Amino acid sequence: MKPAGSPALFHQTVAALAAQLEARQLSAVELMRAVIARTEAVEERVQAFNSHDAADALAQAAASDARRAAGQARGPLDGIPVGLKDVIAVEGQPLTASSRMLANFVSPYDGTAARKLKAAGAVCWGRLNLDEFAMGSSTENSAFRTTRNPWDLERVPGGSSGGSAAAVAAGEAIVSFGSDTGGSIRQPAALCGIVGMKPTYGLVSRYGLIAFASSLDQIGPFARTVEDAAIALGAVAGHDPLDSTSVPVEVPDYRAELAKRRGPWKLGIPKEYFGAGLDPEVGAAVEAAIGHYRKLGCQVREISLPHTKYAVGAYYIIATAECSSNLSRYDGIRYGHRAAGAKDVVDLYFQSRAEGFGAEVKRRIILGTYVLSSGYYDAYYLRAQKVRTLIRRDFLEAYKEVDAILTPTSPTPAFKRGEKAADPLAMYLSDTYTIGVNLAGLPGLSLPCGFTRDGLPIGLQIIGQPFAEAELLAIAQAYERDHDWVGRHPEL
Amino acid sequence: MNYEAVIGLEVHVQVRTKSKMFSRTAAGYGLPANTLTDPVVLALPGALPVMNRAALDQVVKAGLLLGCEIAAVCKWDRKNYFYPDSPKNYQISQYDQPICAGGSVEIELPGAARNVMGEHKRIPLTRIHLEEDVGKLSHDAGGSVIDFNRAGTPLMEIVSEPALRSADEAFAFLTALKAVMIYGGISDCDMEKGQLRCDANISIRPAGEAKLGTKVELKNLNSISFVRDGIAHEIRRQLAVAERGGTIVQETRDYDGQTGASQSLRSKEMAHDYRYFPDPDLMPVRVDEAWKARLRAECPELPFDRQRRFLERYQVPYTITSVLVPDRELGDYFEEVAQLSGEPHLAGNWIINTCLQFLNDGQLAGVPDLRTKIPPARAADFIRKRAAGAITSAAAAGVSSAMLTGTASTDEIIKAQGLDARADAGELEQWCRDAIAGNPKALADFKSGKESAINGFKGPVMKAAKGKADPRQVDETLRRLLAQA
Repeated sequence: MKPAGSPALFHQTVAALAAQLEARQLSAVELMRAVIARTEAVEERVQAFNSHDAADALAQAAASDARRAAGQARGPLDGIPVGLKDVIAVEGQPLTASSRMLANFVSPYDGTAARKLKAAGAVCWGRLNLDEFAMGSSTENSAFRTTRNPWDLERVPGGSSGGSAAAVAAGEAIVSFGSDTGGSIRQPAALCGIVGMKPTYGLVSRYGLIAFASSLDQIGPFARTVEDAAIALGAVAGHDPLDSTSVPVEVPDYRAELAKRRGPWKLGIPKEYFGAGLDPEVGAAVEAAIGHYRKLGCQVREISLPHTKYAVGAYYIIATAECSSNLSRYDGIRYGHRAAGAKDVVDLYFQSRAEGFGAEVKRRIILGTYVLSSGYYDAYYLRAQKVRTLIRRDFLEAYKEVDAILTPTSPTPAFKRGEKAADPLAMYLSDTYTIGVNLAGLPGLSLPCGFTRDGLPIGLQIIGQPFAEAELLAIAQAYERDHDWVGRHPEL
Repeated sequence: MNYEAVIGLEVHVQVRTKSKMFSRTAAGYGLPANTLTDPVVLALPGALPVMNRAALDQVVKAGLLLGCEIAAVCKWDRKNYFYPDSPKNYQISQYDQPICAGGSVEIELPGAARNVMGEHKRIPLTRIHLEEDVGKLSHDAGGSVIDFNRAGTPLMEIVSEPALRSADEAFAFLTALKAVMIYGGISDCDMEKGQLRCDANISIRPAGEAKLGTKVELKNLNSISFVRDGIAHEIRRQLAVAERGGTIVQETRDYDGQTGASQSLRSKEMAHDYRYFPDPDLMPVRVDEAWKARLRAECPELPFDRQRRFLERYQVPYTITSVLVPDRELGDYFEEVAQLSGEPHLAGNWIINTCLQFLNDGQLAGVPDLRTKIPPARAADFIRKRAAGAITSAAAAGVSSAMLTGTASTDEIIKAQGLDARADAGELEQWCRDAIAGNPKALADFKSGKESAINGFKGPVMKAAKGKADPRQVDETLRRLLAQA
């Protein structure tokens, strides 16, 4: 681990780089070159990207420099290399979902997140690896590569947005975006020692995000600091008429709000999140973080989220049901993988999908098809929706007494590659602490709160109230300000 | 044994809107393949549906016109099944909460003769829901091709109760439903363009039996006549099965209107499990009272209500209303001319004879064209002058043509055609004398008491007068001379 000081360009924050760009001490092209060089140096080991196009990124960076020279810079993200999980549609770039099914698919359109990032001047840099169709917690389910954890290449970066987390941790992108359906931003952020945020459901448009489970999916940022996360979130948040589930709320300037919100806050510690299965080192680090909030004058109290134990079960019914339908469009007819030599159309469906999807995707499609089947719908899907309502009620009840909730992000630090790959249930349980947030539609953030003795990062999860992202970020920054975890970078 | 048929219809009606049900791309027909597409229509990765409120307006309006109960919330479900014409491999539809429930369609059965109104009855509806249309799959020697232009077009499914008893009733149902849809501006219902499509569920049972028999679903009935023929054929087929002691199997059959035969498509065992569930991409939409009130205000009078009103208020015969009423614009035009002229019968006759002739032979492009070229006020002026005898029936056609091609007033046309130059009494008397002299048989008939024989003289008089004689004056002169003869 390097001490904090004047880090290499590719390890710096958006805030610091934006200041240098603004002061003309740095050009976007220079920054992009530094990130490309870093990527070339480490990517073989990290394997964060499915693809990247250096020439295209440099052209985008040059356009940013030209804007700035013309006095038309668009704000702090202008000229910043932003990595995108390979489920976020950017016109003219590959969009594979790390699936054979879409191995050769190039998006003919910009999703809303991409359109907004371009409008903010960001350089859309590379397609970041994930568990196929965002189904997994280790990025081992990618059809193309296994992304490594930059802190220990033998370990997983978490998932499903493992590529997005690893790229930022390894200096291959300054910030990145992922998607979070059950923890797919927060868990890899925790395992890779960076900040990751899942916004309130409906804050960020899903138009152009390959759907896994529509009622749970949200796009969110990965960043080195809370301030960078605030900048990145601000660029993509806001109502979108192209997404019916997008909510028309006022989007504040999250970065400016940080300075205005100083607490102290009332914080809740849900007892259900500190039970069996929690790694002692993770538990100790989270307890220490809670202690720090006490020192800051926050009132900390134990709370109960009594339906927590049903969250994983309800989640795997709802998410699989939705995915079984969402993934029906991948049929080999209009685009995507089409099997050769099919006898008829039914055979074409069977073969194309058998060849195009990996084992975990198939498992979830089968589960989801089953729970929606005639005669099972009421017992599974309908009941899971009722559980979901109860889980949301638990949180809203708690928010009558507290401003935010603190928990571990992941029960364990990064696990070894292959450790859970053969045991889907163990893998599903690694999302225990993050899933409730998706079911309840709440914003959640993971930020670094220490390292294990083996040097693996540990994440603290802070869960906020609906659309209270500004408060959530401020609470996170209050902790971050007093710790130097941000200055640490993995040795690669 | 005596059997009765029990028929329920499922009618798909394409809703007329500018854009598709869930995307901003235009809805349309007859364009080059796959030009009305976008990421949503093609179900590209990441694309999301957004409801077209105009389509919901249309179906709510349809529901109001048909007396349905309108749901307080419009909720969307996914109907999952794989087929190449369905881009998402699920169809966004409404499963357990259709936007409209109940209601009915008033139908008119064929009368005893063309000029006699038939029996009216109400066929209750089960529900109406909104969904999206699929693309068009076609096959040729080179393989199969799909055109997604139609995919995503707003589509209404109207389901009747099994309350129809004959092929004629089904025909009347579709005719009446179509008229309501066109009246409301909800759909053009052009079956050739697939804007109205019909499936029928048909069963038979011993007359008087309350329990329904095993139903057969008949598909691809792509014209209203094919619906009638297909249902009649299916009823005959089921009766034949029953009469030889066979069992009717629950199945879906395909009716070929060209050959008049049907064949089995699939049996009940192969029925789909559509795995319906609420579409998580679409939030339920509240349809409040203000919304309904706005649409209620846009609802026109229904065709049969208008017919009853025309018959009663204007005292015009069924032969006129049955022609005027099915076309809302023509009915509107009639009503204005009738009111302005105060001569509804004459106005109606003129429209269904002269104006429809202009429409049929292409001199008029449509009712709006009629309205532009012969505005109701001008038509009413003409009708009044006809009624007053200033324009004889012999002269009417010429005046009508002049109105169509020019902008001159009726008076100017009368003057220009010399119709105002009335024959003097001496001239008229001479024509009458000539006519009587020229037709001794009619004279004899008249003398022996056959009143109508007088008409035998009128023709030659009017012909000789070339439109310059007033029919009433001709009648009087003839009677005076005949009395003396």
